[in-house]
Amino acid sequence: MHELSIAMSIVDMAQEEAERHGSAQVIAVHLRLGKLSGVVKEALLSSYEMACEATALEGSQLLIEEIPVEVFCPKCEVPRALDSIQWFCCPECGAATPTVLHGKELEVVSLEIKG
Amino acid sequence: MTTEPRLVEIRKNVLKQNDVIARALRERFREAGVLAVSLVSSPGAGKTAFLEKTLTLLRPRCRVAALVGDLATENDAARLARSQAPVKQILTGTVCHLEAAMVQSALEGWDLAQLDLLFIENVGNLVCPSSYDLGEDLRFVLLSVTEGEDKPLKYPTIFNSADVAVITKTDLAAAVEFDEAAALRNIQAVRPGMEVLKVSAKTSEGMDRYLAYLERRRASSRAAAAASK
Repeated sequence: MHELSIAMSIVDMAQEEAERHGSAQVIAVHLRLGKLSGVVKEALLSSYEMACEATALEGSQLLIEEIPVEVFCPKCEVPRALDSIQWFCCPECGAATPTVLHGKELEVVSLEIKG
Repeated sequence: MTTEPRLVEIRKNVLKQNDVIARALRERFREAGVLAVSLVSSPGAGKTAFLEKTLTLLRPRCRVAALVGDLATENDAARLARSQAPVKQILTGTVCHLEAAMVQSALEGWDLAQLDLLFIENVGNLVCPSSYDLGEDLRFVLLSVTEGEDKPLKYPTIFNSADVAVITKTDLAAAVEFDEAAALRNIQAVRPGMEVLKVSAKTSEGMDRYLAYLERRRASSRAAAAASK
C-alpha cells in the first residue's frame, strides 16, 4: 500500500503550484494514471482524501483519467491498445508485444484553481 | 483578479523526485563500472538465500556488495554478512518498498569504483516496488516453485517492470508438482521475451548458468561505459 505516499506527493505538488499562482484555492487535481503504473485507482482516491486533511487542499477533488496500456505491434507495425495486462500480444495478429508505449503514466496534468 | 475557476497546466510526473535520484544513481553506477541488480519478490520467495549464495560464489571472482531492504529486522544483513561481502541493511520502517533516495543514502561513504557488482534486495512485496526506479541496471523478479505458476498473471505489473525472471527453489519442484511449462507461459504472457533463469540456492543447480549470465551483462555494460568515455 504505497498509495498514501503517492497521494501525499500529489498534494505537495498541487500546493506548490497553487502558491505559485497567488495562493489560489485548489478545486480539483487532474491526474493521468496508467494501468501499468502499479497504483490502484480506488486506493489512491481514498488516500487522497486522507492526504488532503488539514491542508489547503481539503475538500478538493482528485479526478483520475485512466490510461490503457498501448503497445507497439512489431508485425502490424502500429500501436495497439491492450484489453488485459495479463496478455501482452497484439489483439489483431497475436504477435508478442514487448514494447510498451503507454500505460505507466502517473502524472499530474493540471489543476483547477480559484482566486 | 478573477474568482472564476481556471485550469492551469502542470504535466509533472508524481514520482519525478524519485526518478531524478534514480537517474543520478544509474549514471554513478555507469561511471564507476558497477552493474547494479535489484531483486524483487513476494515475502519468502528466497531472495536472501539466493543472494547469500550469489555473494558467496561471486566473492572470490569479483568485487561484490549488497544493500538489503527490510521493514524492521537486520536478520537478512546478518545472514548475508556470512559471505564476507560488504552488506548494508536499509530499514524502511513502515514503508513497503525501497525508494531511490534510500539507496542513495545507504551508499554514502561507499566508493563505487571499488565494486564490480552491487545487489539491491527490495522489501518482500510484489506490488509497491514496481512503481519505483532505483537506478538499477537490471531488475530480477523471483518466483519460487512453491508459490504457484500463476504468480505472473496475478502480479503482471511487477513482472512487466522487471528484466529477468528467476525461478527459485527448483529442488522442491517435483515435491510441489510445479508446472514449469505453465509458469514459463505465464511469464512470457506478461513480459514477452523475458530472460528466465532457474536456480536452487540449496543444491546450486542452475547457479553456473546464472553466474555466466551476470558475467555477460557485466561485460556488456563495461563495454558500453568504455565506449561512452
